[in-house]
Amino acid sequence: MTNTLHRYGSPEGLRDDFVVFAIPTKANREGSLPKLKAFLEIAAKHGPVNMGGGGKGGFHRPSARLTPLVHWRERAAVTPAEVIEGCESPGTVAAVFDDIEKVKRLLAELRQRDLGMSINVSGLTEDARSAAEAAGLTRHSVEYSLGFPFGETDRMPDRRTLELATMCGHSMVAFGLVQKLCQLVREGRRTPTEAARCLARFCSCGVFNTARAERLLADARDGG
Amino acid sequence: MWIDPGRCVGCANCVAVCPMGAIAVDARTHRAAVNEDECVECYTCYRGMSREHLPPAAVRALRGVARLFRFRFDPEPDVCPTGALTPRELAWPRSVRRAFSDPLVPHESTGVAGRGTEEVKTNDVTGRVRAGEAGFTVEFGRPGIGVRFRDIDRVTRALGAAGVAFEAMNPVTSLMTDARTGAIRDDILDEKVLSAIVEVKTGLDRVSDVVRVLRSMADQVSTVISLGVSARCDARGATDLDALLHAEGFRFWRGKTNLGLGRPLYREAV
Repeated sequence: MTNTLHRYGSPEGLRDDFVVFAIPTKANREGSLPKLKAFLEIAAKHGPVNMGGGGKGGFHRPSARLTPLVHWRERAAVTPAEVIEGCESPGTVAAVFDDIEKVKRLLAELRQRDLGMSINVSGLTEDARSAAEAAGLTRHSVEYSLGFPFGETDRMPDRRTLELATMCGHSMVAFGLVQKLCQLVREGRRTPTEAARCLARFCSCGVFNTARAERLLADARDGG
Repeated sequence: MWIDPGRCVGCANCVAVCPMGAIAVDARTHRAAVNEDECVECYTCYRGMSREHLPPAAVRALRGVARLFRFRFDPEPDVCPTGALTPRELAWPRSVRRAFSDPLVPHESTGVAGRGTEEVKTNDVTGRVRAGEAGFTVEFGRPGIGVRFRDIDRVTRALGAAGVAFEAMNPVTSLMTDARTGAIRDDILDEKVLSAIVEVKTGLDRVSDVVRVLRSMADQVSTVISLGVSARCDARGATDLDALLHAEGFRFWRGKTNLGLGRPLYREAV
């Protein structure tokens, strides 16, 4: 279910953005749920900044029944154990990392555990390739993002809005909300952390990188 | 999606969260309303916003007092205070909007949620893109623009005329009346969706043909087209695709890397 191919950014701006995911297919879907949960349990040990599975969101989720106190109180994040428990049927499960060294360690453990699920790294392809090689793996296939080169590209918003919004590949993070939160951060009415978590709540796959978002929002505040 | 005017308090939080910009507050009624023609039924507003279920009359009174004294109210930007957003039953062909826009709805044709495609994510098991082949994912409408099937139809017909093969296990292919010509069924052509992915496969020697078709159609669509191209790697993890794409003038540094850990591993005939 993850749709992480076209995350916008320069090579330098994507250095802290890697999504590692496991996905079943028709031939191995049956009996795959424990393996997918095992993937998330392994990933959780390596310090992901977000995790998702089951379409219920990542560490930061919306609530169908809030109390007005939410305006003065920090909303609790979901734990990795709760994310894992929420996976009730086979589907894509994902973990997001802000450091390629963590990815290398995760891949080494995944190779050793041999879960039998297709494992993909979405991120800078040369970094992913070297991380695989460090774990003793040779990449099987690759899909390159060529961005959005055709059509009415003049309808695209500014670079920072794209960098933040495309971290939900399903376009659940609206350009308008990104621009509103950038403005709130610039005005000092929200911190980058609060704004990043607000954006992450709209990503039902849990692949929104809150660490990168915080960095980008802090840059917006500081005029970068 | 429908916004219940009896519950809406005109706070405008939902205006910013709509990926299609299809929600606006009516200046006359002070209630938010959805432009049904532009709404793609993605449920982002309904599912992404938290709900407080406060009494609308009380919220309106408080907001009215604050406005009177010109107080600036600073609510959480992702909250609907009164739970006014209301999903509606969707009939065909409008239901196709949700199928292609709400990532939590699995596509009937593939059983896969999201955009309904597996691409090379499971290539180690499916062998979908084999040695010497290139798999294209041509995505319309993303990011944040949306697309009508009429625009997709123009491009798929051009690709069909160029003789490329459409992936059978793909939601857009399942809506074609003829997968050889790329013609999409008439009754959905005016429907708007958040995005849709067309998948085609060619030999590596025809990569430039597909790129040429897409370039030639670029000014005939009212949306943006994202492009992904995939290939099977050799025993060293390399592929000729890199050089072919560079020759077409593309610069690329990001993508998905399949590590080959899926089982049963697809074995290509030698």
